[in-house]
Amino acid sequence: MNTAFLGMPSFPRNAEKALRDSQLRFNLRKATHTIRARRGAVVAELADWPELRAAGRAIKDDVLCNLDRYLLQAEEAVTRAGGKVHWASDAAEADRIVTDLVKATGETRVMKVKSMATQEIGLNEALEREGVTAYETDLAELIVQLGDDWPSHILVPAIHRNRSEIREIFLEHMAQWGRPAPDDLADDPRTLAEAARLHLRERFLSTNVGISGANFLIAETGTLVVLESEGNGRMCLTLPRTLISVVGIEKILPTWRDLEVFLQLLPRSSTGERMNPYTSMWTGATEGQEFHLVLLDNGRTTVLADEIGRQALRCIRCSACLNVCPVYERVGGHAYGSVYPGPIGAILTPQLRGMASELDASLPYASSLCGACYDVCPVAIDIPEVLVHMRSKAPHAPAERFGLGAAGWVLDRPVRLRGAQRVAGRLRGLVPKSHLPGPGAAWTATRDVPDVPAESFRDWWRRTQKGDERVGRPDHSESSEEVGGELA
Amino acid sequence: MSSREAILARIRSAVAGAPAVEVSRGYRPVRSEPGSADLFAERVRDYRAVVRAVPESEVAAAVAAALAERGVRRLVVPEELPGGWLDAVPAEVEPLRDEPPLTAAELDRADGVVTGCAVAIAETGTIVLDAGPGQGRRALTLVPDYHLCVVRADQIVPGVPEAVARLDPARPMTWISGPSATSDIELNRVEGVHGPRTLEVVIAL
Ligand code: SF4
Repeated sequence: MNTAFLGMPSFPRNAEKALRDSQLRFNLRKATHTIRARRGAVVAELADWPELRAAGRAIKDDVLCNLDRYLLQAEEAVTRAGGKVHWASDAAEADRIVTDLVKATGETRVMKVKSMATQEIGLNEALEREGVTAYETDLAELIVQLGDDWPSHILVPAIHRNRSEIREIFLEHMAQWGRPAPDDLADDPRTLAEAARLHLRERFLSTNVGISGANFLIAETGTLVVLESEGNGRMCLTLPRTLISVVGIEKILPTWRDLEVFLQLLPRSSTGERMNPYTSMWTGATEGQEFHLVLLDNGRTTVLADEIGRQALRCIRCSACLNVCPVYERVGGHAYGSVYPGPIGAILTPQLRGMASELDASLPYASSLCGACYDVCPVAIDIPEVLVHMRSKAPHAPAERFGLGAAGWVLDRPVRLRGAQRVAGRLRGLVPKSHLPGPGAAWTATRDVPDVPAESFRDWWRRTQKGDERVGRPDHSESSEEVGGELA
Repeated sequence: MSSREAILARIRSAVAGAPAVEVSRGYRPVRSEPGSADLFAERVRDYRAVVRAVPESEVAAAVAAALAERGVRRLVVPEELPGGWLDAVPAEVEPLRDEPPLTAAELDRADGVVTGCAVAIAETGTIVLDAGPGQGRRALTLVPDYHLCVVRADQIVPGVPEAVARLDPARPMTWISGPSATSDIELNRVEGVHGPRTLEVVIAL
């Protein structure tokens, strides 16, 4: 994964910073609510949405179960159609393959279509080290690149910038990268888009190497599929003499026919459109082009080995889960410290990178487990389930481990619980009113300490109900001790 | 061990014993009836593209009218465009043929391009080009700033599954739903970034 995120502080600290940025919160709220409403409207148009979603999920699960077979099939089909297939175990290998391919063309400039896979492997930086400049061509990526910034949303990477900020960035930085922005640049979206068009036009027509990712790779036919809006994707895929596509191994779909499901699920879930403006599909070397496909593992096979966690590999990067997430809406994408933000990032990043860093170990907690992400996910990834699973695997602080261990011991036997409650009742005067000391401080930073009652419910029940303890009790309970344990 | 072998081996051990998955396709199946030209026109208009629906015999007049309104002087014309479509175009419009192939710079200087299509989808307002007759290679409909597309009523299918069933994946394809657009600035939709900023459709009924 990208080294830029190494050493980043944990999610709570990033979030705290982001929450103080009221402009960011305003932009995020407006953006997420807009897409959310659009998605809802176009999803409601399809009466068979639940069935499409179930099929999408099953097709992807089938892909994961038979990934070796499908990859070989795709490799054969792409090769037959004149493409060359490369396999990369990790980011460094993928970077090296792409860099060598670019160098072999003799070019020092490449143009790119927005691709999360190439961000994940830090390709632009790797190319730069070898003297190759990578130009981002998606408007939002351009804003991010010119502003020397990081994407904060899967679909709208510059969601954290408003029009006047974008105008500033264009005025200040376009000249370093090519055609400068006009001095009298206004800040309405149409004018800004026009400036980007002019800035990139010359580059599109003269750059000989294009680099892309892909939304889908069809095993049966070797066909690659890229969905986009602006036409920069078509430029990068169509005009250069050499095209290199870096594709995660989980992007496979078994058959051509499967597109009938995914071309309905993806555009409606992501941009909230019936269909995105442009979708390009090509098989192998096309219209005289040289074509290279780099199949990327980079931790995906580790995710695949986890029976619960592997469902994250069904993800088609639609970003619907980001747009409904109450946590994402407030803190934005940067706090997640990864190219994969939001709920999907919270389960994918710690699986791909492991949970050795403070940041990665904190990601499974970046959620209230409300489940909105699961409801909208077009491939029905049970994100809350994976979050809880990851939490159980995350390293826990000694105080927390001790606390949970003690709680387990107490709750294990009703008699221990009763004893503990009586002790707590007697010592209640010693409990601080607002802030706990020591390791407990983290817990009370955002919560009040609950009042400890003088008498537990169990004792009160015993005292007031006397011998009549079986009133209203469910049948399955054996003894009064156990019922008391459950209720308390 | 090569990375290829290593990745395949890791996959095999990761999914060993995973149960096979049954894919059930309970969604709406492929329909055999034709797609509605009215719905197609309405959905294309939703993307703020101009649509003219005319009887087959008036296609040439509609094409000429559209080109005149736009002021097209240099028009890219792909191979095997049905002859009649350009019959009413006045002589001062210069046709640019892709034989020998036009350079990107030449395409950039053209005022527009006129094509047919392979399939059109009513439900989503989508036109699919597959580089077949009357469509040309992909760059022809990409670089010029104006794209006029003629869709025959019998090319319109109801939805996405019907289109997928009709198309040949071996061909390079472009699915077009409205003009190029971006919503990257504060989620405001702006039509026209890098692809043709104006898309017009003539439906031949
Ligand atoms: S997890 Fe689901 S909702 Fe989120 S981006 Fe992936 S596919 Fe979309």
